[in-house]
Amino acid sequence: MSRAEILGNIRRGLKRGSATEAQRQAVQNRLQARAANLIPARAQLPAAEQVALFKTMAREAAADLIELDSLDEVPSVAADWLRHNRVEELVCASDATLTSLNWAGTTDIRRETRVARAGDLASLTSCFAGIAETGTLMLHSQAESPTTLNFLPDNHLVILRTSQIVGVYEEAWQRLREATGGDMPRTVNMITGPSRSADIEQKLQMGAHGPRNLVILLVRD
Amino acid sequence: MQQTPMSPKVGLFVTCLVDMFRPEIGFATVKLLERAGCTVEVPETQTCCGQPAFNSGDNRTTREIAISTIKAFDGYQYVVGPSGSCIGMLHHYPELFDEADPWHRRALDLKARAYEISSFLVDIIGLEGLEARFSGTVTYHDSCSGLRELGIKAQPRQLLGQVEGLELNEMNESETCCGFGGTFCVKYPDISNRMVGNKTANIAASGADTLVGGDLGCLLNMAGKLKREGHDVETRHLVEILAGMCDTPAIAEPSDDRTRLAREL
Amino acid sequence: MQINSPQFKQRAHEALDDANLQRALGNLKAGFPHKRAQAVARMPEFDALRDQGRDLKNHILEHLDLYLEQFEGKVIENGGHVHWCRTSDDACRTILDICRQVDARTVTKGKSMVSEEIDLNDYLQKHGIRPVETDLGEYILQLRGDHPSHIIAPAIHLNLEDVSEAFHQHHQRPKSDDPAVLMREAREMLRKQFVAADVGITGANFLVAETGSTIIVTNEGNGDLTQTLPKTHIVVTSIEKVVPTLEDMSLFLRLLARSATGQEFTVYNTLSTGPRRPDDQDGPENFHVVLVDNGRSDMVGSQFQDMLRCIRCSACMNHCPVYGAIGGHSYGWVYPGPMGSVLTPQMIGIEQAALLPNASTFCGKCEEVCPVRIPLPKLMRHWREKEFEKHLTPRTVRYGLGGWSFFARRPALYRLLSRVSNQALRMLAGRKGRINRLPMAGGWTDWRDMPAPTGKTFMQQWKDKQRTNGEDNA
Repeated sequence: MSRAEILGNIRRGLKRGSATEAQRQAVQNRLQARAANLIPARAQLPAAEQVALFKTMAREAAADLIELDSLDEVPSVAADWLRHNRVEELVCASDATLTSLNWAGTTDIRRETRVARAGDLASLTSCFAGIAETGTLMLHSQAESPTTLNFLPDNHLVILRTSQIVGVYEEAWQRLREATGGDMPRTVNMITGPSRSADIEQKLQMGAHGPRNLVILLVRD
Repeated sequence: MQQTPMSPKVGLFVTCLVDMFRPEIGFATVKLLERAGCTVEVPETQTCCGQPAFNSGDNRTTREIAISTIKAFDGYQYVVGPSGSCIGMLHHYPELFDEADPWHRRALDLKARAYEISSFLVDIIGLEGLEARFSGTVTYHDSCSGLRELGIKAQPRQLLGQVEGLELNEMNESETCCGFGGTFCVKYPDISNRMVGNKTANIAASGADTLVGGDLGCLLNMAGKLKREGHDVETRHLVEILAGMCDTPAIAEPSDDRTRLAREL
Repeated sequence: MQINSPQFKQRAHEALDDANLQRALGNLKAGFPHKRAQAVARMPEFDALRDQGRDLKNHILEHLDLYLEQFEGKVIENGGHVHWCRTSDDACRTILDICRQVDARTVTKGKSMVSEEIDLNDYLQKHGIRPVETDLGEYILQLRGDHPSHIIAPAIHLNLEDVSEAFHQHHQRPKSDDPAVLMREAREMLRKQFVAADVGITGANFLVAETGSTIIVTNEGNGDLTQTLPKTHIVVTSIEKVVPTLEDMSLFLRLLARSATGQEFTVYNTLSTGPRRPDDQDGPENFHVVLVDNGRSDMVGSQFQDMLRCIRCSACMNHCPVYGAIGGHSYGWVYPGPMGSVLTPQMIGIEQAALLPNASTFCGKCEEVCPVRIPLPKLMRHWREKEFEKHLTPRTVRYGLGGWSFFARRPALYRLLSRVSNQALRMLAGRKGRINRLPMAGGWTDWRDMPAPTGKTFMQQWKDKQRTNGEDNA
């Protein structure tokens, strides 16, 4: 009932009944073209410079960014970071990137593979893309990478490969459509730095409800 | 390209406040226009631009006033006034009429000819070598309508830059409204007071000894507040300085008008 | 929410005298405008993006029915539900029904101005369901029984001591004057709520027609926990938020962050598309979108249509000298500042809200910073026209205006009136050149002097001069 009233009222406002064929076509064209709007020049760069821009912007957003020469270094570097921050446990996602890792030499870190729970201190996930424009990570939900890992633990460690870095959001959307066959995952998280709030006297405090630290393990590939 | 003949005929839009409170601004404007080579006339049938009615939602009255203003300035190549706010109002006239209404076209025509004085001198005349002198430090308040409706920002500064001996000290937040707002200062006097108080604090902090602006409404408001607060900053309209007509006491300063008034009465 | 807009003048008056509020407002003025300016300076394309944002919103509004149908279809295709609600009551009832279907006792809430607009918390509470606000600012307000005074910084009117006091009372912890400690305390308290909640309610910044996704934009991550942990996620949003594609959404995200907080990008931009998938390990099992109209469809095709472009960034109020002087509560309803002065009369009626569109000097700063170039002063003026047409304008203003316009339309009489007023003011001023007290103009002279005319009117002097010149030439 309300639906018909609201749509009817909109159409009355637009001084027409149902849309004309031309109007429908205009809408379908826009939906199908998925055309980019104006893209800031800032991120239209050669790949190497995109990586540099990503690093600058992510650090500016207060992410901790550590560069690695290969994926094999992830366990030791992650373990070092955790030890340094006096964290002895890590909840991991279970996608192919993570299951391929060899954790020998990090037995002091308790590792589990599951969804996150309140009280978890650290998580490790991979991600779908890095967006140079603003140093943003794009993650999406999937069976092997539950979303709670991105938000509940105090510290979120994320593996990003340089080949996953794109210039702007639009490129990430395009890659996502290609990767998922156009089937949107339940959730897509664009994350730029750790959680924060300025709700008390407009003074910025880090670590409101999401992770207090966002650690990007940037792997050259 | 628009051709500016040697001696364009300009109709002066005096504006109500200049007419009533500070005629010197009108004469300074005339002087500047004549120096720029214009022939200046003051149509006698002009009254107010209609802004008080327009901003009170009374469009019928505004239309009547607009029509009378359009008629008053018929035949002038340019209409120039010493106020961004009033000239800005003339630029609103086309909105008052349906496009099919013949007055709409005439309103558009007036709009195309109507300029605030500093913008006219810089953008149309390209005035250079002003040959004015002023010894002192001034700070410039950007009045809202001129700034945001007519894009007046660089022009007054360009002209002040031509005044020998004048130093410009920009205040903080020169673009923030002074709280005058026409009827606003009457409808919400205490909010208006807070806004003008913030303004005078910035004016005083600039260290300038003269406040300059292009709109008498704002200047009356700020000068009145400066005096009430006991600042010794003087307030003048831009054209008084540009025309070298600073022999009259500044706005809200003591004057010997009493004797003149006695003669008149 | 109780409507206090008719008391705007009194509330503003009190706000101006409230030293604590004035101190808090100082934080706003020092922060947002400066940060926005910096962010805009780093984005040379910003004005071009604003043009595109305006044009795209206009395109959407011209095809609003089609984009909403498309959005609805996609939500359903992904296993979610869409509920269309004409009024606040419809929306509250719909949300209560969903809560009851899952036997909810507690709901967590992300920040949502639409939920303030429909007064959802009050409604849920009356029906035995406990809403818990999780945005830090909103949480503070809920503890205090207070309401937002700003659309993105809800507790901007409070100082540290107020927060400290509220937490001390409700958390039974020692008082702290360290914002970091207070935030940790809120984090700890709310963590339990996130996990225990049966339903999570969030708003949405945009609705993507292409995919049937809703998106929330937050810095804290509270919205994400709100919508990920409970079994049911309800998105309460409004019909003008739909955008065609992810690309189009990206345009608005670029505009939103910079216009709002001056950030390059907000920390969390999170899209939700339907309930959890069969092999997902977490996420809500039920996904509902409650589409609220509440007067918006009446704005389509009206002279207020441009207002539907608003993306709720708050730049207009952050830069408004009136808002900066009196704060958001003075406006007396949900949406403060310039955008509120246009929206509120539409939602509660111009009869109750007439003082709001009048509370502007038309300085134009709001329009100057609006990311989608809404002509806010013009729209406020349109409300003044409605007020005038409906004879709601206060009698003093009406009579004053009537008297003045009688003269303004008669040049000769106008001359005479100017001359008489000119002489009267000069008489009152005497030698001082200004007047300290002027009867009938107390609004002016209570606070500032009235500069006096310096001599005869310009028109008189001009005539005198012409005459002299004429005699000289003769």
